[in-house]
Amino acid sequence: MEDHADVQDRLEIGGMTVSSRLFIGTGKFPRKPVIREVLEASGATVVTVAMRRVDISSKDENVLDHIPEGCILMTNTSGARNADEAIRIARLAKASGCGNWIKIEVINDNKYLLPDNAETLRTVEALTGEGFTVFPYMSPDLAAARRMAEAGAAAVMPLGSPIGSNRGLKTEEMVRIMVDEIKVPVIVDAGLGAPSDAARCMELGCAAVLVNTAIATSADPVSTARAFSLAVKAGRMAYLSGPGEETGLASASSPLTGFLRDE
Amino acid sequence: MGFYDIYKEHEQRLSSEGRETDRYKKLYDLLSPQTPASLERMAEKAHALTLQHFGRAVQLYTPLYLSNYCDNACVYCGFNRNADIPRRKLTLGEVEEEARVISSTGLRHVLILTGGSREESPLSYITECVRVLNGYFSSISIEVYELTEEEYAHLVSEGVDGVTIYQEVYNEEIYGRVHPSGPKSDYRFRLDAPERAARAGMRCVNIGALLGLAPWRREAFFTALHAEYLQDHFTDTEISVSVPRIRPQNTGFKPACSVSDRNIVQMMLALRIFLPRVGITLSTRESASLRENLLPLGVTRMSAGSTTTVGGRIASGSGEPGQFEISDTRDVKHIREVLAEKGYQAVLKDWVGA
Repeated sequence: MEDHADVQDRLEIGGMTVSSRLFIGTGKFPRKPVIREVLEASGATVVTVAMRRVDISSKDENVLDHIPEGCILMTNTSGARNADEAIRIARLAKASGCGNWIKIEVINDNKYLLPDNAETLRTVEALTGEGFTVFPYMSPDLAAARRMAEAGAAAVMPLGSPIGSNRGLKTEEMVRIMVDEIKVPVIVDAGLGAPSDAARCMELGCAAVLVNTAIATSADPVSTARAFSLAVKAGRMAYLSGPGEETGLASASSPLTGFLRDE
Repeated sequence: MGFYDIYKEHEQRLSSEGRETDRYKKLYDLLSPQTPASLERMAEKAHALTLQHFGRAVQLYTPLYLSNYCDNACVYCGFNRNADIPRRKLTLGEVEEEARVISSTGLRHVLILTGGSREESPLSYITECVRVLNGYFSSISIEVYELTEEEYAHLVSEGVDGVTIYQEVYNEEIYGRVHPSGPKSDYRFRLDAPERAARAGMRCVNIGALLGLAPWRREAFFTALHAEYLQDHFTDTEISVSVPRIRPQNTGFKPACSVSDRNIVQMMLALRIFLPRVGITLSTRESASLRENLLPLGVTRMSAGSTTTVGGRIASGSGEPGQFEISDTRDVKHIREVLAEKGYQAVLKDWVGA
């Protein structure tokens, strides 16, 4: 599936080179072995796992056993309600051998699951000083994103719509501004429901997208993951090619004044 | 305005007008009698909402009974102080033995229970047990007598992250009748316990009505209202609801109201549609086959490998009567296999205890 354009266009992020711009979340799959099938079918290599679900003491329940070698693990702090809890979980992840890529999730709104940008920023500031590569999941707010980038975030991860909602890129205008203004990669995380949503994010210039619910809860996760992967590539290719001119009017391919012959 | 005021307001409206208005009309309608076709439509909606919000993952936990001493006289309970049963509480060594047995099944979430005796199972005893269990589990919840906010906060600082406390029955008059004496007869102190727990910093608060004590539709209505109240006031607390039906136990108590499988289903569906993000807990009170059928309708948490006897997993306690008879007696491994067959991932660990 890999073509020349892919090889030229690797994502450099957090000091690593990443071959696929589709990142996969692991929380909602029916069976853990499906995670491996999804990763292999889509070519995705960055995979996020909730530390709250990792049980390194378990022989048969360790989610990490279902992640193929060569993948980059991004542990997340799901369940943290404030910076202190997120920092504790991140340190635990590192101490447990889960690496130092941390997706910071700080949520204290259980109804909509919208992130708390202030507590998230506090977490970014604390963890970048401890050698973590941090990826803050955030509400798309330019000022907050600037502060997170300044504090050393490897990327910023605005939500497309509330987690699990499959409603697509409802935050498009905010994300577009972030792509224009923020120097670190912008990765849309949460809410993407259809491959076309992912393509749209990539067309806007996002560096990558992260998808879980839409893949994990589909009737055929492996096939859906492949569809997302293709959409991400298509969107990225479109972004690199630049947009066609947009006009408000239809432009007839046979001009309406074509009958006028120069005399 | 506390939840008691909300309860009184709706209780009066329902009693005088027999109906609800505004957004509560939707809940009222969801809990009104349905045709099989409309119940099926509710099920489809509830299934889709559950899938969207929770995915194909169900968290498992198991109860650990620490003590059955009780000062209350709840007429429906096998541990009530008048019940002629051997009373005991686990030594810390026995707590550790039980912890080892549970932990070997892979479970990392445990719910510890005591009877309602502050004298025999004081806060200091619960604290000592928690310290033992911290070494084995990543999440410890309590189902004990109602505590003050300071007491809940103390347990949070010791590593407890969840509280299960059922109002048992929202109907205040019936509450008085079935809780004739003991500290639990204080309706208001019981009613506000979930709120105190949330304010004290508990991550998870699980409420419920014991179905069978009063007409279920209205009990379901107030359970949903209570869950909504807690969700609105404590946005960082995960609120869940149980739908326990009274089970046979040694007191011979017969439920005043019948609650059919169809009723349980409707209650669960109404809860899920009214509160899409609320957790729904299903215990082994229900049969294996019913539990499997309820799974896609909204369940987010299930108990497994349960015993309701103090020390039921270690030799010294086996054979003694429990709080009630459990119906689904399958072990953790079996439940996990069944979940996998049904296309669900059993989540054995879902928090990182301090």
